[in-house]
Amino acid sequence: MLNPMTLYPADPFALLRRVSEALDRASFSTAAPVFPAVNVWQNDEAAAIIAEVPGVEPQDIDISVKDDVLTIAGERRAPDLPEGASWQRRERAFGRFSRAIRLPFRVDSDLVEARFADGVLRIAVRRPEADRPRRIEIKAG
Amino acid sequence: MSTELTATPAQTPAAPETTRGVPVWRPLTDVVETRDGPMLVLEMPGVAPEDVEVTLEKRVLTVRGRGRNPQPENLRPAHLEYEPGDYERAFALSEDFDAERIEAVMRNGVLTLSLPRAAEAQPRTIRVKAA
Repeated sequence: MLNPMTLYPADPFALLRRVSEALDRASFSTAAPVFPAVNVWQNDEAAAIIAEVPGVEPQDIDISVKDDVLTIAGERRAPDLPEGASWQRRERAFGRFSRAIRLPFRVDSDLVEARFADGVLRIAVRRPEADRPRRIEIKAG
Repeated sequence: MSTELTATPAQTPAAPETTRGVPVWRPLTDVVETRDGPMLVLEMPGVAPEDVEVTLEKRVLTVRGRGRNPQPENLRPAHLEYEPGDYERAFALSEDFDAERIEAVMRNGVLTLSLPRAAEAQPRTIRVKAA
């Protein structure tokens, strides 16, 4: 006999939710390559974050720090095309971007310096003096 | 935080080995056809305007960019997502362009090349003389 409970389960939306979750996973697993590409260099006292942001105006880049996380956000604007122009080949991408980078130490916004040249963003971060590891001397006694 | 992340297609190395010890990348390029002629937009981050070389020879337009990417001093790499290098890419043009009139502008690591089409040659009539 067919149990009516299998046709009408307690949660009528269970199947729908399962499909929805599967779709979510599918769309996130094929994540697009991140922009901008970032290289991080560091030692115990400082860090350098270098990002390739070709075609982004420096005033469209927003750098912020909170605790040990540095965020680079901004927008790469599509060029204004003259009237009657048409695309023949399109390899570059445009739009908003945001990347968060966790650093090995807490960051003070006063100790962050950013430079921009030729489509490359270079951020230098110094570790706050108070946050540096201190050597404890062992006294003979 | 923004979720509209933009995609950067993988760059393919054009040449496996170089003498400078840095890879040579194929710059991502947009081509736009305008009324005056084609416009090429190439992404070459890390290349200064004076380090770009554009040549036109027998309908082949070649763009080379020499990257200037000093490594940070006294720091060790912790997380590397890209390898800085040089750029090179060639385009076969479908018609003749006057190399003198090609305009190249480098801004924020993006090279824009405007190739104005040659003005139509004035039609010339040849007079036939009676012998």
